[in-house]
Amino acid sequence: MIGLTHYLVVSALIFSIGLIGVLRRRNLLMLFFATEVMLNAVNIAFAAISHFYNDLTGQMFAFFIIAIAASEVAVGLGILIVLYKRYGSLDLDELESMKG
Amino acid sequence: METLVYIALFAPFVSSMFAALFGMSPRKTFVGIVASLLLLISFAASVMLMMHIYATGTGIHVRMMDWISAGDLSIPFGFLVDQVSVTMMVVVTLVSTVVHVYSIGYMDHDKSFNRFFSYLSAFVFSMMILVMSDNFAGLFIGWEGVGVCSWLLIGFWYHKADVTREENPSISPSWAANEAFIMNRIADLGMLVGLFIVYWNVGSLQYDAVFSALPHLSGTVLNAAALALFIGAMGKSAQFPLHTWLTDAMEGPTPVSALIHAATMVTAGVFLVIRANPLFSVTPEVSYFIAALGTFVAFFAASMALVNRDLKRIIAFSTLSQLGYMFAAAGLGAYWIALFHLAAHAFFKALLFLGAGNVMHAMNDELDIFKMGGLKKTMKWTYLYMGVASLALAGIPFFAGFFSKDAIIETAYNEGTLVLWAILVVTAGMTAFYSFRQVFLTFEGDERYKAFGIHPHEMYKFVLVAMSPLGILAVIAGFGKGSFEHFVTKLLPEYHMSEHTHHIAWLLGLIVLAFAVSGIVLAYKKYAKKLVRDEKVENSFIYKLLANQYYIPKLYEEFISKPYAMISEHMWKDVDMKIVDATVDGIAKFLYKSGDGARKMQSGNLSNYLNWMAVGAVLLLVVAAFSAMLG
Repeated sequence: MIGLTHYLVVSALIFSIGLIGVLRRRNLLMLFFATEVMLNAVNIAFAAISHFYNDLTGQMFAFFIIAIAASEVAVGLGILIVLYKRYGSLDLDELESMKG
Repeated sequence: METLVYIALFAPFVSSMFAALFGMSPRKTFVGIVASLLLLISFAASVMLMMHIYATGTGIHVRMMDWISAGDLSIPFGFLVDQVSVTMMVVVTLVSTVVHVYSIGYMDHDKSFNRFFSYLSAFVFSMMILVMSDNFAGLFIGWEGVGVCSWLLIGFWYHKADVTREENPSISPSWAANEAFIMNRIADLGMLVGLFIVYWNVGSLQYDAVFSALPHLSGTVLNAAALALFIGAMGKSAQFPLHTWLTDAMEGPTPVSALIHAATMVTAGVFLVIRANPLFSVTPEVSYFIAALGTFVAFFAASMALVNRDLKRIIAFSTLSQLGYMFAAAGLGAYWIALFHLAAHAFFKALLFLGAGNVMHAMNDELDIFKMGGLKKTMKWTYLYMGVASLALAGIPFFAGFFSKDAIIETAYNEGTLVLWAILVVTAGMTAFYSFRQVFLTFEGDERYKAFGIHPHEMYKFVLVAMSPLGILAVIAGFGKGSFEHFVTKLLPEYHMSEHTHHIAWLLGLIVLAFAVSGIVLAYKKYAKKLVRDEKVENSFIYKLLANQYYIPKLYEEFISKPYAMISEHMWKDVDMKIVDATVDGIAKFLYKSGDGARKMQSGNLSNYLNWMAVGAVLLLVVAAFSAMLG
């Protein structure tokens, strides 16, 4: 029987994968993917908990997150394209223009 | 009547503010005239109040507004015009009106003419608050106010540079001003302690409340309060050992010396003792101490005046000496006699100082009486004024000082304190000698000033006319003794000589007179023809001791100022620089260093930032987890 714990473990694993991606990746596009992975990990947790408690609020949140993630990707990809056009690269190590 | 009270009080304030408007602009004669007129108004109001109180026999008590009220503490701005304060008001406003008019002439060539009037009127205002207040807190405000004005006026010529003590015993006006201010601060601490003791035990600072609560207080409290208040009085009235500032205060312009350091401010200490007479009457030990100290100062100051060569300093010493007489009377319980001597002294001492100002004016600010002589030819009127004032000071019959000083000496006899009596009698002789030594050296004998190329001239006419009220009062004030006694003893305790004293009063008077006259005769013999300097006397130990003011200023410098400066330097270099500053600098350095270190985080690399963000998030999680576990 697959219980809540399993879902949460999967969610935590996916979140960790996303977090490692955010910390280790240098390519901006990959960073985006990693954040999406993290968001979806959270979504899984929301949906599972919502089911467990028989409360729809968690699923509602998941929907909101999907909607916001979609719009964020739209804006983010637009910025990425402009960046790539200007600098010819999406490597973060080459985009250090605000060094203190 | 209330309006008159406010007019008397606030006319000097208006005058001060008006003159302050022109403080920075060049000399304008009308500033002096307006100030003098406002002071005259204040004087007229005071006289009308006096007549009113004389007629009705009751004081006027007005309450202007609440000043401090917090918890149980309630101190109103209230003014009490009764027999004692109205006497002071009349004396203060009369002398200050004369001095204001005088200053128009005396400060004629000074470029800070307008500023001078502003300070002078501010002083009068503070003094009026001091004498009129109906509580100790208001008295203290006036007390500090006159202190500040005194500081401003002594240091009026602040631009003069410091010189050595050998060249000028008071070093410089600004030095003298600071000395006066700091010495008064020391005494004011005593005064404040006295006020706290009173408030602590009575719960009020209103005179009437305090005095009616006195019977319920223990002897220790009463003695402590009386002693602490008297320490405050000692500072303002320059009693030993806080006396050195008064002679140094002569660095100020002469009208200031006349008004503040002779006639009014320095008598504030005596006024305090008279005002608080219910307190001092129930503390006989403190009162006796006051009388003894006063007698000692009377003699001590007179001895220094014997050999001094500085025109103004001689008068300053004589002021000290006369203040000693007043304290002696107050300490012996003859409060009304003390007040009477205070008023009479104000008239002739102010006159004496103003005369000295005329002489200074004529002699191009020369003060050494050994360089004067024979001035009577050019300065007839000044000679007359100073002569009259000196006769009054010496206590020659029918001049003002005779009635008041004789009464004090008689009191000392009446109380059975024969030692005090003897000292006061001898001092009276010394007083006569040094006053006339000064007068004769200045106005009689050979014209020594010619050697210095000085061409003396008499003061302006209007100044001489302005001085005449003081001159007249110095002659006739004594005749008001009977009605004055009748007037003020409605409030102050009466003092009667015993039958025995009454019988031999003529003999006592004769003894004092003999001393005074022989003092004058001695001065005449020695100095009236020409100045003969005796090397042997001038090099003798006693002469040097007196001329150097018993080396007290030097002692203060060696044993108080210098160690204090050393401690201050030590505190500065070792404590302030090495501990306080080092701590503050350390904090600043730490912030700089940590900021410098944290700057490296700002790498511009988004990936780095994200890593830091993750670290921060983890840290916050840890904190949250810990607090959840603990809480």
